[in-house]
Amino acid sequence: MRASPAYFHEFVTRCARQGKLVVQPRMGFSDAARMRQGLQAVAHAPVPSIGTITLDSFTRTGDFTSARHAVANGKTLNGYPIVTYSDDDNRALLAGIRGPEFPVQVRHGSSLPEEIFKATIRAGLDATEGGPISYCLPYGRVPLELSIESWARCTRLFVDAGETYHIESFGGCMMGQLCPPSILVAITLAEALFFRQNGLKLLSLSLAQGTHGQQDIAALRVLRQLGEELLGRDESWHIVFYTFMGKFPETYHGARSLIEESAKIARLGGAERLIVKTVKEAHQIPLVEDNLNALEWSYYSACQSADFFVDEAQVQQAAAVIMAEARFLLDTLLNLSADIGQAMQRAFAKGYWDLPFCLHPNNYGRSYARIQANGYTGWASTGNIPFPRQLVDTTRAASGRLSSGDLFKMLSYNQLRFDAKVPALA
Amino acid sequence: MKALALLTTVPSDAHNWNLIFMQLLLEENGFTVINLGPCVPYDLLASACLKHNPDVVVVSTINGHGFIEGKALITETRKVPGLADTPFFIGGKLSTDATLSHLYAVELELAGYRKAFNGGDGLPDFLQQLEQIKSRKTTLSVLPPPR
Repeated sequence: MRASPAYFHEFVTRCARQGKLVVQPRMGFSDAARMRQGLQAVAHAPVPSIGTITLDSFTRTGDFTSARHAVANGKTLNGYPIVTYSDDDNRALLAGIRGPEFPVQVRHGSSLPEEIFKATIRAGLDATEGGPISYCLPYGRVPLELSIESWARCTRLFVDAGETYHIESFGGCMMGQLCPPSILVAITLAEALFFRQNGLKLLSLSLAQGTHGQQDIAALRVLRQLGEELLGRDESWHIVFYTFMGKFPETYHGARSLIEESAKIARLGGAERLIVKTVKEAHQIPLVEDNLNALEWSYYSACQSADFFVDEAQVQQAAAVIMAEARFLLDTLLNLSADIGQAMQRAFAKGYWDLPFCLHPNNYGRSYARIQANGYTGWASTGNIPFPRQLVDTTRAASGRLSSGDLFKMLSYNQLRFDAKVPALA
Repeated sequence: MKALALLTTVPSDAHNWNLIFMQLLLEENGFTVINLGPCVPYDLLASACLKHNPDVVVVSTINGHGFIEGKALITETRKVPGLADTPFFIGGKLSTDATLSHLYAVELELAGYRKAFNGGDGLPDFLQQLEQIKSRKTTLSVLPPPR
């Protein structure tokens, strides 16, 4: 089989050179005709956009029998079951739509994605996302060790298929919300190093919008700087920013403000690509029309960045903290083994890396995050992470037992902030 | 002894936050909680039920597959010896279509759940049911053993 041309990677690189932010929706329908209509609509959007095929949860968890049964019985799934459809079906889905001006990425959420990678390659697609940590720890109970082995095999499937394949690390979006940016930066970089160690050339680093614009811009700068140090200062990688993935504003106005802010942060923080949300996020799975609306207006919001004020002193201060913590986490990991997969496993086993609020059996589970008085997301407890004393922020003092109400308030922070313009956490 | 809640979700649901929140809520309402985490296969739930013999099983799901897998879950788990009368609750986002979820809730209750909740509206009802489960446990434990 001929390798796919590097549509995805080249498109983002070309737009970046022209100073254009690439926008991308989340989109997945189990009905193939509907999926094709969705892709077609995004392809015709008058902004630089990439198409998305989001897979369903049965496919994501390897339950192909249930996916097949649902498709045969006309039940609606929460995404496109790419492994269940035949290669001909998948090629027909993309025929005449995907091309150099409209690349398509497969999005899934699987810790053991061999069949998804194979189906992606057979469908002629050149881009997917995830990673051994980011698609394992937050999403279930598959042992981290197995996920690392599987992702190594999958990376090599792409590498063997050709030099043009691209994987985005989802590591900067762990748990969707309430994760301190330093560990997000460290995880996405570690996954990138893992992909590189397994032979992959083209990749992207991710980061999700948090609870404060200045802190997000700082985190994007740190990600860029560490990326240049660890991956090289070239066009083989880029940064993708995500509109907030947690509990969303319920009002139209609030949702719109949050999305606009994310577009501006992406722009000002120097990301090349943005994954958007829609104003209906809090209520239902968006229609294709909602996605089109969000793509266009996110792109134009990003272009009009002048009204968003970057507080340079605040950003630099936040960046210094994130940089020190992220560098420490990465140094700690890289010292555990020359093999990145091994190092990841050891870091989590010892609790040197610990993901707040993650229930996975292989996560140490002693660290906690909280939203600080200034609106930044930070550590409430660092558990067994051996941060040196000078790095430990004094505002991190033990905050007592977390109640369901406290948690709900933190989870609702952005919702309240944008729905009602609440200035800070009470 | 505190009442024991087994907290779980359907096999395809990878969400965490609902489970973390529900664990705290159940603990604050006087339950000891065993949280099985996201993506729980039916056989793991069944073996956890056998091992822990919970007073209540709470299924929290928000990925939209609750109306499909919720039924299989209760059918499978009811087969576990000693669990035929244990109250089961399911709640969250039961399907991807908000306008149909209330119909699915009825189907799930017919399949054996004591109650199926859509969104947060049913929270007071749910808390009241939890109180009943707790007080029944207390009553049972203070009654003299049968002759």
